[in-house]
Amino acid sequence: MSASTTPTPLRLNQLPNAAGVGYKPQHFQQILDAPGPVQWLEIHAENYMGDGGRPLAQLRHLAERFAISVHGVGLSIGGESPLDADHLARLKQLLSWLNPASFSEHLAWSTHDSHFYNDLLPLPYTDATLARVCDHINQVQDLLGRRMLLENPSSYLAFAESTWEEPAFLHEIARRTGCGLLLDVNNVFVSATNLGYRPQDYIAAYPLDLVGEIHVGGHDEDEDDHGKPLLIDSHGAEVVDPVWALLRDTLTRSGARPVLVEWDTDVPDWPVLAAEAARAAAALTQAREAA
Amino acid sequence: MSTTQKTLAVAGAVAAALTAVATTQASAQAKEKCYGVSLAGQNDCAAGPGTTCAGTSTVDYQGNAWTLVDAGTCADIEIPAAADGTPRHGALEALDRDQPA
Amino acid sequence: MSRQQEFTRAILNAQLPVPEGLLDGEMRAAGRRFSVYRNNVAVSLTEALHQGFPVIARLLGKENMDGLAGLYLRAHPPKSPLMMQYGESFPAFLDGMEQLAHLGYLGDVARLELALRRSYHAADAAPIDAEQLAALPPEALMSCRLRFAPAMALLRAPWPIYSIWRYNSLDGAPKPQAGAEDVLITRPDYDPQPQPLPPGAASWITALQAGETLATATDIAYAEAPDFDLSAPLALLINGAALTDVLPKERP
Repeated sequence: MSASTTPTPLRLNQLPNAAGVGYKPQHFQQILDAPGPVQWLEIHAENYMGDGGRPLAQLRHLAERFAISVHGVGLSIGGESPLDADHLARLKQLLSWLNPASFSEHLAWSTHDSHFYNDLLPLPYTDATLARVCDHINQVQDLLGRRMLLENPSSYLAFAESTWEEPAFLHEIARRTGCGLLLDVNNVFVSATNLGYRPQDYIAAYPLDLVGEIHVGGHDEDEDDHGKPLLIDSHGAEVVDPVWALLRDTLTRSGARPVLVEWDTDVPDWPVLAAEAARAAAALTQAREAA
Repeated sequence: MSTTQKTLAVAGAVAAALTAVATTQASAQAKEKCYGVSLAGQNDCAAGPGTTCAGTSTVDYQGNAWTLVDAGTCADIEIPAAADGTPRHGALEALDRDQPA
Repeated sequence: MSRQQEFTRAILNAQLPVPEGLLDGEMRAAGRRFSVYRNNVAVSLTEALHQGFPVIARLLGKENMDGLAGLYLRAHPPKSPLMMQYGESFPAFLDGMEQLAHLGYLGDVARLELALRRSYHAADAAPIDAEQLAALPPEALMSCRLRFAPAMALLRAPWPIYSIWRYNSLDGAPKPQAGAEDVLITRPDYDPQPQPLPPGAASWITALQAGETLATATDIAYAEAPDFDLSAPLALLINGAALTDVLPKERP
């Protein structure tokens, strides 16, 4: 199947329009015993590409109870080099086994010259990048036989050679490949602060009808050389109020969507994370009532 | 030892092992629910600690410029090299053989 | 040089200038904003090495481990996007550090930690019912061959690697004494367990892994250790869910 012949499904994925959390193994028992508002879980694909043992056993167990979103962090979709065939094969195997409700990856790169840098590195928004990213997404969707979602990055700097604004760039990728989008509103807030634009303007320019999932998460604050705020997408704290407000604005425009709380570093005890999920669920309720 | 003696010795040892199994297996309870944290190396999509940290130090990353400082538990234990002259790069054939090519 | 080539070089070497054409929101040079990426890469890989080699980190202390990680991650950035695999060449890297030559055991202790990690992620395999062995008549027992679970591993070292691991992993464990140690790793359920092996047992298991019969493997073990008793390693293997098949006579 190629982009031109892919029929556009009505749904972007099978996740419920409800609150989910990024799954951490230390929460396994409490998620099963006291999920609270959490109706779905997101896992990082690469952590479940081992051959067996506890990670896969836990995942099998959780998948009986929750919709699962597989979120890749290592495919290097924006890489200058071809996609890693071994990694693609592992991804296909995981998705064939699990048949998750959603698969998503990042507008970023992390592998170059056969080395993996374990970070989501930034891309210039040029026609050349656009063509390469679309080729890679077509390759992934063809191999997996499913539509994927592509996530907007957190930006700390801009490229002089960029000729596209990020929302238009993502919109064009989605138009050319048929992929959906994962809108991380914390990333929007971080990037807008770091590069000096209004996050509301970004959301207004964003193709919300193509959004299959929304992320929120915590960030850290630092400064650049000129003493200007530099926000870092650390996923190591509670979501700040302006990001909750941006989420509510977004949901009011987009309608209900699956909303995920990400917390990856300094992971708190389950009740703290469940409380964040409850705030996401409340934002969804509020958006439904406003509609 | 004759073949018969050896066979009986092995059969006896196997029987002894099975007895030991029967008594210890009952306590083996660790299951997936004992949510052990992964031994290592989780991928995630979080960013690290800002702008001033390990990645920005301009120390010399040539191996010969590095020096060991006193710190860990290695100071507590005194283990001379094996007396039989075994080389210190202990070859672990069994492990290496199990690795994928 | 491509953008990404330039980027990765500057990420790993903070002495190189920030690549050209990287800007802040007001079209000024990005400057320390680039350090966010330098830090993400160095800190996340350093953290992965701390998590993957906790005993090495304890033996050396945080400062030494951080310094070694900084050297290692620049000389050996990951070759796979699976962080669960990072550090495969760390044992050899430790062996090669002249500054650590007086701590000759480090490389082999790191191999033990790597083997524990591999065991954790190894494929599941249903163990045999111990009754299967009990049911074999003595002659059939002698001529049978055994197959092992993927989560099982065997290490032989001229150093007391199990004792060093235990001293740095379990509260109140005794100090290690000099001497070679053979270690068996099994994974009953989901947690890998290292166990020291008595003399002869490692050769016995190695022979069985190579497809020898129980009789031949036992002869090999006796030749190495005249008082070898197979009941100890066999109990470890059964308790560790490490035996997956008992095959009669013919080579598989």
